[in-house]
Amino acid sequence: MTTALKAQGLGKKYGRRWALTDCTLDVPAGRVVGLVGPNGAGKSTLLNLAVGMLTPTAGQIEMLGNPAGTTQQNKIGFVAQDTPTYARLSIADHLKLGARLNPGWDDSLAQARIQQLGLDLKQRAGKLSGGQRAQLALTLGVAKRPELLILDEPVAALDPLARREFLQDLMEAVTEHELSVILSSHLVSDVERSCDYLVVLVDSRVQVSGDIDTLLATHYRLVGPRREEKSMPQNQHVVSVSHTDRQSTYLIRTDEPVLDPAWTVSQLTLEDIVLAYMGRSTSAPQNNRPLLEVQR
Amino acid sequence: MIEFHLDGRSGVSPYQQIVQQVKNALRLGLLREGDQLPTVKDVVGQLAINPNTVLKAYRELEHESLVAARPGRGTFVTRTLTDHSLAAHGPLRQDLNRWLTKARKAGLDDESIEALFMTTFRTAAQEDIA
Repeated sequence: MTTALKAQGLGKKYGRRWALTDCTLDVPAGRVVGLVGPNGAGKSTLLNLAVGMLTPTAGQIEMLGNPAGTTQQNKIGFVAQDTPTYARLSIADHLKLGARLNPGWDDSLAQARIQQLGLDLKQRAGKLSGGQRAQLALTLGVAKRPELLILDEPVAALDPLARREFLQDLMEAVTEHELSVILSSHLVSDVERSCDYLVVLVDSRVQVSGDIDTLLATHYRLVGPRREEKSMPQNQHVVSVSHTDRQSTYLIRTDEPVLDPAWTVSQLTLEDIVLAYMGRSTSAPQNNRPLLEVQR
Repeated sequence: MIEFHLDGRSGVSPYQQIVQQVKNALRLGLLREGDQLPTVKDVVGQLAINPNTVLKAYRELEHESLVAARPGRGTFVTRTLTDHSLAAHGPLRQDLNRWLTKARKAGLDDESIEALFMTTFRTAAQEDIA
């Protein structure tokens, strides 16, 4: 199995609005994939399509080699946005439910994790803190023993300590069970630490996707005397540019080293790259909707 | 056993930070031959980083023959970094101090000195690669 998620021309329309347009992606298995983008960019829509909770309006999506929402359900775990649990059920009830609904349920793993977290099995989920609830949802997702775990904004509502603990546990699970993970987030710093593959989704479109090390190694900032975009070499793909009277600042993607001595070349952080691609969609000519229009 | 930490603002990628921290520990004698490096699971559990980052760092250390992986047991130090360059630090620092005095006499302020040093350093580093 080499692909976790494969989408071809995938689109989803709610009423008259496209929440996701022309999404073509090929995400390898065995990776921790970070899906980033502003609120309303289509992250949740893409993840819900991936687990088969939504059906596509256009195109196809395959998970682990089969169409989404078919026979693969047991191999895919899903922790939805805001890590939902049943408020009136106890932790023990949640584990029982997990065991009933999932043939591959690993009860000893679930029990061990709850114990390790110091949670009381008799406690109702509604009484848990945000961090504990997220940990319970992660426990359910991991104890299912899926090949692929999908998490929608798992840490968005957590305080920094709970966020760090959640990601520590998630990364441990990845190491221990050789899980593939797709998680959405709008925190680039979390993604930079825990993910090795990045998908940037803005305004219902995929702006860039790829191995994070490769992205870091192929993007540069060039600062130098003013130069028009037309005169840039063919192999330097311009992501963003700004000019003053005398100076130009380019953010480019290229597979070859930049040798032109007129430029001061600097490396970029992942955040620089993500922001450059996010900023691009607002100014792209094929798309003149403002970025904030679709925010919830 | 050593513990790793990550500096988010250093601009150095996490895997290189781990490589550097192992090498520093080897130079300073914190790690000796036969010592075990933290397991991948321990590192990711502590730093919340991607396991591939740790594996990549350990592979690079293995490639440099500083450590060796023993299947099912962990990764162990095979060689210490004896520091024969330490003796050269003193004279080099003196040279640098002399150069700094010269630069100040020529009227360069701290920022100009840093800029000059960094551009020269980068150019030299690039020429080494080319």
